Amino acid sequence: MLEVRDLRISFRTEHGRVQAIDGVSFDVGESEILGVVGESGSGKTISLLAVMGLINDPNARIEGSIKLRGRELVGLEPREMRKLRGREIAMIFQDPMTAMTPVYTIGWQIAEQIMAHEKIGKAAALARAVDLLAEVNIPNPREAIHRFPHQLSGGMRQRAVIAMALSCNPALLIADEPTTALDVTVQAQILDLIRKLRRDHKSAVVFITHDMGVIAEMADRVMVMYSGRIVERGTKAEILLEPRHPYTRALLDSIPPLEGEKPKRLRSIPGSPPSLFDLPKGCSFAPRCPSRFERCAERPALEGGKHAAACFLKVAS
Amino acid sequence: MLLALLRRFGQMIFVMFGISVLVFLIFFVTPGADPAARIAGRNASPETLEAVRKSFGFDQPVWVQYLTMMKKLFVTQDLTSFVNRGWKVVPAVLDTIPVTLSLVIGAAILWVVFGMLVGLIAAATRGSWIDKLLMALGLVGCAMPVYWLGEMMNLVSQSRYHDTWLFSWVPPLGYKNLSDDPRGWFLTLVIPWFTLAILYIGLYGRVLRANLIEAMQEDYIRTARAKGLSETRILLRHALRTSLISFVTLFGLDFGALVGGAALLTEVVFGLQGVGKLTYDALQNLDLPVIMTTVIYASFFVVLANALVDVVYILIDPRVRSA
Ligand SMILES: Nc1ncnc2c1ncn2[C@@H]1O[C@H](COP(=O)(O)OP(=O)(O)O)[C@@H](O)[C@H]1O
Ligand code: SF4
Ligand SMILES: [Mg+2]
Repeated sequence: MLEVRDLRISFRTEHGRVQAIDGVSFDVGESEILGVVGESGSGKTISLLAVMGLINDPNARIEGSIKLRGRELVGLEPREMRKLRGREIAMIFQDPMTAMTPVYTIGWQIAEQIMAHEKIGKAAALARAVDLLAEVNIPNPREAIHRFPHQLSGGMRQRAVIAMALSCNPALLIADEPTTALDVTVQAQILDLIRKLRRDHKSAVVFITHDMGVIAEMADRVMVMYSGRIVERGTKAEILLEPRHPYTRALLDSIPPLEGEKPKRLRSIPGSPPSLFDLPKGCSFAPRCPSRFERCAERPALEGGKHAAACFLKVAS
Repeated sequence: MLLALLRRFGQMIFVMFGISVLVFLIFFVTPGADPAARIAGRNASPETLEAVRKSFGFDQPVWVQYLTMMKKLFVTQDLTSFVNRGWKVVPAVLDTIPVTLSLVIGAAILWVVFGMLVGLIAAATRGSWIDKLLMALGLVGCAMPVYWLGEMMNLVSQSRYHDTWLFSWVPPLGYKNLSDDPRGWFLTLVIPWFTLAILYIGLYGRVLRANLIEAMQEDYIRTARAKGLSETRILLRHALRTSLISFVTLFGLDFGALVGGAALLTEVVFGLQGVGKLTYDALQNLDLPVIMTTVIYASFFVVLANALVDVVYILIDPRVRSA
């Protein structure tokens, strides 16, 4: 239902143009959960903000094609895009503490979204808001609609944000690290909730995270990003059990084990992602890659059909 | 709520007390302020001087004099001027209040409405020529001395172009009572209102623009965009409310000060007998009873304006309510 082809996003900066997203292509099927994983700065957020049409930096240039159920979104009229946003595609963001306008009640904000897209009265919209809050397991929803965001805990706020995102039954929900700011038990509840909602609403979900552990719980298919490119993609089983790209393997090594004794220190990936101003000519992971060899001075393409990796090693193995 | 009101009231009493003591003390250590000499006249003999000193109570300890003055001001309300003998101060000040209030409230409405428009339009079109033009005009407005602007306005509307269709409606300078002559009241005040407001429109517009632009970077604005709301709605419903805090704070300070007498220059240029003019005249001849009365009145308004600002905060931001 979502087809992204050769997406390129660059920003004009004082130090010249940077290519933040460089030729990213992916699909999301109906009611599928696509996990997008990568370290901070790898371009997860902006590639999906582009799908939402929410990159409004005047220095940005967006090229390529983004099709939602066959309709091209790149270059779509702002008015038309606005009609899709919140109705066909919804997005929830990392920090529930700041995601809602502090001066309006939860119910008001949910009703506002419904009324922006449907011809419906305020009372009916508020009644829908009550149902939605009940659906995301907020206790006492009839009373909760009168609460202001600061009166709810982080977990409850994220539930309210999810309820708002689902208020118009979007075909696609983009969740950008929705649990990163929450503590572990709340995180598990929110993940459960998103899975349940996917079942009930049949929405497709793009789930962004930097945590392979969350990917293991949530995703059907996985796309691994590194400095603005996809380095590996495949089904969850393929990525978790037979990772091909050294970066994917390094990310998997950094998951804390769910059971047994915790290691004293998690193995983290040595080095840090390259600056966008100074990307290596060949494989962008080369400076940090333990298996680097001569060919890596060239740029590896993403190859291998359904389970694809952008690494020269796969040919050898 | 009642507690907050009581606290405000206590604060007001405290401020008024502190200021009155301060004014009193400053007055008594000011050289050449000897009220007896003033009252007795220039060439009074030492005997007359002594008699005046006695009859006005200036020979008593300062704190007794203070208490006497406060009693005359608040209880018997028959405080008289040190300069114009027998002139009752309290009614004189009460007479000036409607003049100042009319001037300041009218100007405040103008500068709030236009300041908000300027801020909103500039923020919505930021970086464009409209934004730059508005900010430049605002700067010019802030930079113009009110006295000069007022004189220019008078020159244009009272003499130069008074006979043209544009300004023939302008009545002569001076204040008309709202209850006697509402039309005259309005017409005499239109030009003073605009003159005073122009000083503030640019400043308020600039402050609001800065706060709006800051608010537009917030996460909840991104959420509002993700909901599919229009940019206008996002600006007016989501960014504006949270951006009004500085605007309101500034308004409380300026409004309190102006009602308390800071509109002096405007009052003088337009021949309005307001509180500022009265205070200014009293300061010229060190007329302590008048100074004391206007200062107490002014501190009352400053504290009142602050209390109103607090109420507005509560209306604007629910987080203040529960804090
Ligand atoms: N407006 C912008 N101007 C310049 N660079 C940007 C802008 N927005 C994002 N970037 C760059 O794009 C890269 C990807 O950012 P992001 O998508 O937020 O990463 P992630 O979500 O994976 O942490 C970052 O290196 C960031 O510096
Ligand atoms: S292409 Fe080379 S450097 Fe890049 S990940 Fe593969 S082995 Fe490592
Ligand atoms: Mg991100």
